[in-house]
Amino acid sequence: MIHQNRPLKRYHSRRRSALRDRQFVTAVPYLWLILFFLIPFLLVFKISLSESVLAVPPYLPIFEWVPEGFLNIHLNIGNYLRLFLDPFYASGLMTSLIIAFVATLVCLVVGYTIAYSITRIPQQWRFIFLLLIILPFWTSFLVRVYAWMGILSKDGLLNQLLLSLGLIQEPKQFLYNNFSVIVGIVYCYLPFMILPIYSVLEKIDEVYLEAAYDLGCSPWGAFWRVTFPLSLPGVLSGVALVFIPALGEFVIPELLGAPDNLMIGRIIWIEFFNNRDWPIAATVAVVMLLMFIVPIMVLQRRQLRKQG
Amino acid sequence: MRRLSSFNITGLILGYAFLYIPILTVVVLSFNDSMLVTTWTRFTTRWYTSLLENEGLIDSVFASLKIATLTATLAVILGTFAAVAMVRFGAFKGRMLFSGMISAPLIMPDIMTGLAMLMMFVATEQLIGWPSHRGLMTITIAHITLATAYVYLIIQARLADFDRSVEEAAQDLGARPTKVFLVITLPMIAPSLISGWLLAFALSLDDLVIASFLSGPGATTLPMLIFSSIRLGVSPEINALASIIVFIISLGVLVAGLATWRRQREK
Repeated sequence: MIHQNRPLKRYHSRRRSALRDRQFVTAVPYLWLILFFLIPFLLVFKISLSESVLAVPPYLPIFEWVPEGFLNIHLNIGNYLRLFLDPFYASGLMTSLIIAFVATLVCLVVGYTIAYSITRIPQQWRFIFLLLIILPFWTSFLVRVYAWMGILSKDGLLNQLLLSLGLIQEPKQFLYNNFSVIVGIVYCYLPFMILPIYSVLEKIDEVYLEAAYDLGCSPWGAFWRVTFPLSLPGVLSGVALVFIPALGEFVIPELLGAPDNLMIGRIIWIEFFNNRDWPIAATVAVVMLLMFIVPIMVLQRRQLRKQG
Repeated sequence: MRRLSSFNITGLILGYAFLYIPILTVVVLSFNDSMLVTTWTRFTTRWYTSLLENEGLIDSVFASLKIATLTATLAVILGTFAAVAMVRFGAFKGRMLFSGMISAPLIMPDIMTGLAMLMMFVATEQLIGWPSHRGLMTITIAHITLATAYVYLIIQARLADFDRSVEEAAQDLGARPTKVFLVITLPMIAPSLISGWLLAFALSLDDLVIASFLSGPGATTLPMLIFSSIRLGVSPEINALASIIVFIISLGVLVAGLATWRRQREK
């Protein structure tokens, strides 16, 4: 009896230790994310409901125990009202939306062309071309934005080129406007558009295209009826990866944009650092999160699940 | 058959020109002797030597390297744990929330991550007195959260198309799951761990916005230093510094990339 039980016992003790290891492996990143991702965002929500004061930290507590043993709750929706009533924030939101939309569209057209062309390169060379797409992404973000300051400024390289070609008579300021912000966003986020589109395009079976040609489709027709619909999942994740960060971009409008270009990212920064109005900065963040980021993330997840 | 059309070739040339010309202009101008950035006078390396005398710069480089090393190491551990949990453990309680949280930092604008993390640190400081001050540690914690998302993506992809027959063989021969993972799986996914580490390192080294929210007096990272000086405009010294960064990173990426390429071709 005892002899027979031993392997079974060992099996159970093994199972227990394996289970313990599994719990440990799951719990460590889980706790980390709850502590350092979920709770911070819940706090942003909480602070968006509190009142701004001149103190450290610069907001009033929402929950307060009064000496008689009651819990006092000061909820303040004034920040949200201000956000919707003050045109300053609405125009900031519009600016961000328009700039992010145009930049994403340009990224999509340019990125799709490049991704599509890479799939036409012989297999053994593609890796090099992909590496060259990824390389600028590893290079410092600030350096990439900075490079455009040197190109677009009034005494910059673009002006010199145009002057020497005789296309313009006197230097023009290409910097500090919405155009330069869009150029900067397209430049910095292009790899995020190319890579997901490429990885979908690469997997499309040639058979579908051949079938389309056999049925009399023109190359252009085959592209719009076969290739493009099949590449939609890549297009969607590329769009999400460019649009959302572009919407909240701070560095690019700060360095390349006009001083009065107030995209949401800059509004949050200014309210937080210059005005020390933490509650309104938190409110802007919450509104942006609920209006754009959460819906796009949900949409993307649904798309991913559809693919299995 | 797939062929390169003239449209494809034009697209590729223009695309790569767009990606590379701006960076190359910075590198070329860093060797320009003139203070005026855009008029070429003659070749010089004096901007590089003057960088070495800048003590604030050297300090910020070391601060950034410290943060990036710690970030990359911890992010690889957390990212691997998370990937194993998601790919291997099947259903568990709260899996939905977990998968949402792990990939959310990927598209969350930096400014919001920075703001949220700072508000949390301020709240915990009030509640339990930790952290006593903001600086390298608070920046590192925030960077780990961001970098873990990227590392997770890399390792999760590797584990998802992992051939499990070797693992099963080891298990049949009596190795415990943990041992199988350490002795068989880990060495097999090592290249992904390395690229995850490098990516996390590069991300941390590159971050300006999150670090600006979470740094305190005396803690200046390299991007914070660069940002405060390029706000004032283009300067040849910054060109030199930018060129050094571009050079080191390109060298690293190209060496790592070409090594992978050769390995793939041998197969």
